[in-house]
Amino acid sequence: MSDKINKTTSPSVPYRGGGFSPRPAKIVAPVLFALIFSLWETGSRLGWISPLILPAPSEAAQALIELFNSGQLFLHLSASLQRLIVGWICGSLLGISFGLAAGLFTLARGGIVPLVAAIFPIPKIALLPLFIIWFGIGEESKIATILFGTFFPTVIAVYGGVDNVDRGLIRMGQSFNLSWWSIVRKIILPGALPAILSGFRISASIGIILLVAAEMIGAEYGIGAYILLAGNLMAMDQLLAGVAILSVLGLIVSWLIGRAEKYFLRWRL
Amino acid sequence: MDLQLKDLSHAYDETEVLKDINFSLPSGQIVCLIGPSGCGKSTLLRFMGGLERPTSGDVLQIGEPPADSLNPLTYIFQDFALLPWRTVEGNISLVLEDHGIRGTAATSIIDDVLIRTKLIDFKNALPKQLSGGMKQRVAIARALAVKPACLLMDEPLSALDSQTRELLMEDLIDLWMKEKYTACYVTHNLNEAVRLGHKVIVLSRRPGTIREIVTLDIPLEERLANPAALQEQQQYLWSLMREEAEAADKELGHV
Repeated sequence: MSDKINKTTSPSVPYRGGGFSPRPAKIVAPVLFALIFSLWETGSRLGWISPLILPAPSEAAQALIELFNSGQLFLHLSASLQRLIVGWICGSLLGISFGLAAGLFTLARGGIVPLVAAIFPIPKIALLPLFIIWFGIGEESKIATILFGTFFPTVIAVYGGVDNVDRGLIRMGQSFNLSWWSIVRKIILPGALPAILSGFRISASIGIILLVAAEMIGAEYGIGAYILLAGNLMAMDQLLAGVAILSVLGLIVSWLIGRAEKYFLRWRL
Repeated sequence: MDLQLKDLSHAYDETEVLKDINFSLPSGQIVCLIGPSGCGKSTLLRFMGGLERPTSGDVLQIGEPPADSLNPLTYIFQDFALLPWRTVEGNISLVLEDHGIRGTAATSIIDDVLIRTKLIDFKNALPKQLSGGMKQRVAIARALAVKPACLLMDEPLSALDSQTRELLMEDLIDLWMKEKYTACYVTHNLNEAVRLGHKVIVLSRRPGTIREIVTLDIPLEERLANPAALQEQQQYLWSLMREEAEAADKELGHV
């Protein structure tokens, strides 16, 4: 070792530890959205984008305002939200009970898991005519479609969540003589909650997709019915307005679940 | 209440894990179980608390547990087994709720055990906010809350760093001086065994049999003052275990 440190012959150790840790950056999304919309708007104004192919964002906004002013927006939204909420809640409750059964009992698991695997991949839209024959053309068949569509992902999320609960915690519960029901309620359910909530994220999105599909048959009101009508009339501005409503609906649902996760899972690291 | 293990043997499928285990756990004593890894010492502890059933033989409870004991056989686990979604207080109240102890009755028990484990200021903390040593003290407080007749400790200090281990070991000794609890203490750390054990049971490698039962006569409180004697005992235990540990290390896993 020489006493004098020679900068030119002894380089510093190269840094290799960077990257692989994306941070949340709140500013990016609004900037990106503003950029896309302004490009689209200028494109339409300058005539680069034909209004027949894609109307300008301002025209879609105009259609939305008209819809609001006519009072129809409220009718469409309330019809859709009613179906979505009833269908999703029933599907989720059933899904949680079946998923819990599959997670806890050998016999139930043997029956439910293969059944879910067989039926989950069927597009529920394909079953809509069947539901119409079973439940009639009214609300029931639409709710049944959403219920059915949200049931399966919930079952999978719940029993996966139950499987992942730390066995050590369950054994701890048994070693302190907790009752079976106490172990389920105080150890298994809270332990499976992170998986159940992320299952809700998926099932809610599936619910919105199926809502539109179900409303395309025999619905007077509903966002799906509105979009279908706009499409039939080639009213692209209205169609875009309907799609924007769906997108906002999706954002709100995802925000609500995010809040729920923040609240219920605040014990996590 | 004493525990007695009679002719206990166990096998998973074809693999014999434990063979002809006989010993007793007299009340008021700490019995340490040591042995090479995979010799079945944790399995043995699970039999003692009824979390698993041996293929043959029996674990007998001799004498009635004290009437106020809510959970006579109580475990302390290596990984603490605290519910991360419950506070320190909530984790202790968990094991009282099923006995119908709620409200002020529960609060007085919880405060009592938290004072005994020096945790009273952390009553409302979540496990993620606590260090490993504190988490294990919460688990000890939880165990004390049900007034166990016998503590079954499965390597309770193994997940902790050596300084914390030393502190917690002193706590366990202090607690024994005050309350003279009965415990079976599984460890692979010979120093812990000679510091805490009235008896040390040395198991051989798989199939685990009792190789020797070493009785340590120095009272617990005098052991730190007698490092030479302690060292000698530890050397002796190591001489018993050395070959077994070496052989066990070379065995292939059977999973």
